[in-house]
Amino acid sequence: MMKQDQKAQLDWQEQVRRTAKGIRRRVLEHTVNSNGGYLSQACSAAEIFAALYLKLMALGPVEAPIIPPPFAGVPGPDNSGSFTGAAFHGPQAPHYDRFILSPAQYALVLYAALEEVGRMAPEGLRQFNQDGGTVEMIGAEHSPGMEVMTGSLGQGLSQAAGIAMARKLKGDTGKVWVFMSDGEFQSGQNWEAIQAMAHHRLDNMWLIVDMNGQQCDGEICSVMTIEPFDKRLEAFGARVFRLDGHDVEALAAAAAQQPDGRPTVILADTNPCQGLDLLAARAPKLHYVRFTSSEERLQYQKAIEIFDHKE
Amino acid sequence: MEILAKVHAKNLIEWARHRPEVLVMSADLTSSTEIDLFRDTYPDRFLSMGIAEQNMLSFAGGMAREGFIPLIHTFAVFIYRRAYDQIAMSVSYPNLPVKMFGFLPGITTPGGATHQAVEDIAVMRALPNMTILECGDATDVESVLDVAHSVNGPVYVRMLRGEIPRLFDKSAVMKLGQARTISKGQDLTVLSTGICTEEAMRAIEALKKQGLSVQHMHITTLKPFHDANVLEAIAQSRYGVITMENHSIIGGLGSIIAEQMAEAGIGKKLVRIGLRDTYAHGASRPFLMKEYGLDAMALITQTEKLTGYQFNVSEADLAQIYLEPVHSDAKAEAL
Repeated sequence: MMKQDQKAQLDWQEQVRRTAKGIRRRVLEHTVNSNGGYLSQACSAAEIFAALYLKLMALGPVEAPIIPPPFAGVPGPDNSGSFTGAAFHGPQAPHYDRFILSPAQYALVLYAALEEVGRMAPEGLRQFNQDGGTVEMIGAEHSPGMEVMTGSLGQGLSQAAGIAMARKLKGDTGKVWVFMSDGEFQSGQNWEAIQAMAHHRLDNMWLIVDMNGQQCDGEICSVMTIEPFDKRLEAFGARVFRLDGHDVEALAAAAAQQPDGRPTVILADTNPCQGLDLLAARAPKLHYVRFTSSEERLQYQKAIEIFDHKE
Repeated sequence: MEILAKVHAKNLIEWARHRPEVLVMSADLTSSTEIDLFRDTYPDRFLSMGIAEQNMLSFAGGMAREGFIPLIHTFAVFIYRRAYDQIAMSVSYPNLPVKMFGFLPGITTPGGATHQAVEDIAVMRALPNMTILECGDATDVESVLDVAHSVNGPVYVRMLRGEIPRLFDKSAVMKLGQARTISKGQDLTVLSTGICTEEAMRAIEALKKQGLSVQHMHITTLKPFHDANVLEAIAQSRYGVITMENHSIIGGLGSIIAEQMAEAGIGKKLVRIGLRDTYAHGASRPFLMKEYGLDAMALITQTEKLTGYQFNVSEADLAQIYLEPVHSDAKAEAL
């Protein structure tokens, strides 16, 4: 990894690209070490996460990379010790943005991103899926970078809309960013949420959808199509930008648009094998990678080395 | 102990072969609920419904009204939590033969609170017309289709997947409304369901060696509950009864037995082992079973409290608990 002062001398585009590469590398390494992981999600969404943290979102700083605390019990009247993972996004303030991860199976990518941008300590990813920890496989509200329960798909957007409505009523100027996956738009609740966001003119809401075309059962078009997705969203009252999700300048340009009364949805078309060509051999089953042989695992092990040499 | 892999996947193919009215519906968890083989074998009878459970349950009601038997497959939480009203009005009210297979019961998954069905029996039991079954081993999984099919109405099944022990002989199939008696005894009755039965068997083996006489029964039909043999066993138990379930102690097996005992006027002590009115979190199954007191050692501890005797059984005395590898070929992902 580069030293921070070296990093600062790069233009933001290059910083985002290098951070995206770091996210992919961390998730790949994790997948190899634990013989399984949500790897294609890192390949598709690395630039989105890197751009969000380095360019798109206005978050408060953290004093030092945070070591994820152990699980402190579920929230309840007798548990004053429970917490959310919002601390990884720095202090909350009216002018700061908020971030909600809707598809909680992307948690591994979120953790890698938090580590890559210096918000989570390197110990964090090593605690992934460890008993008694908070760095859960399916992120929960106590997991790093999470603040609501979103693993039951469809609930993240509605909760984020509630937060955005509350912030609007309070006069906050910060945005509410929601990272989403395309497949989860099969769930009716997301459309109820878009409907409510448009009705209540929540133009402080900014959604980025990782359009990798994949879900657990395979390609979205084979499971339950959501197209014409952009037209559906527009018909529901959203402002839609559809762009290349690996083009960091396009992401930044869309995010720089002035609000116009509508919630904004950035549809980021992505490649689930971006930056890791050998993953394509597993298509169309890309949702979860588990190696079927030691040879295959070795191939991916070697890919880590290639990552380190490829600039 | 024999461990079997993908029991449901293989069994379903044979079972459905000559039942053309049987359909399988999936909500984007086809491999995770072991219906990929069915999809590939009978593609015309497999319906991909996407991540949209509310629609799936009402849609199934419509198909059932036309004479089909939809077998719903997804994680349990996404059946009863996401589509409760749809189940109530589109399926349960008209008493339609929609059979719901809910995977990942209780703390069998590291997927955390969003994936752990800890109060499904409680809420599904409150629905009129609903039958509730729970599987505890491979034989249960192999025979639950026949039981569910025999019921005239909707059925909710707490299902197991992946690597499953065979606790019961292949011929000792699940029967509607009948508990299996695993051991006979007069000191204490232990009633267990689902994955807790294997734990109870280990603990009871150790207790029997210490001289305790235990009546152990494995319950698979949770609703309707009319098993006279269970009540008779409780009435004859010297110290009382312990229920053991991978579910909240509110509304599940423990509550069912409490209601039955009260109505029958059986004045025995009841100890409920289960999740004590709490959500859980993501961690491995053995870790969570220990943390929430659902394992063999928990039964030893509760037996000591109930009887007032110390049995000097240590963790080491209990047979090595089978650990399911997180990354097993028998499961599609690590959930």
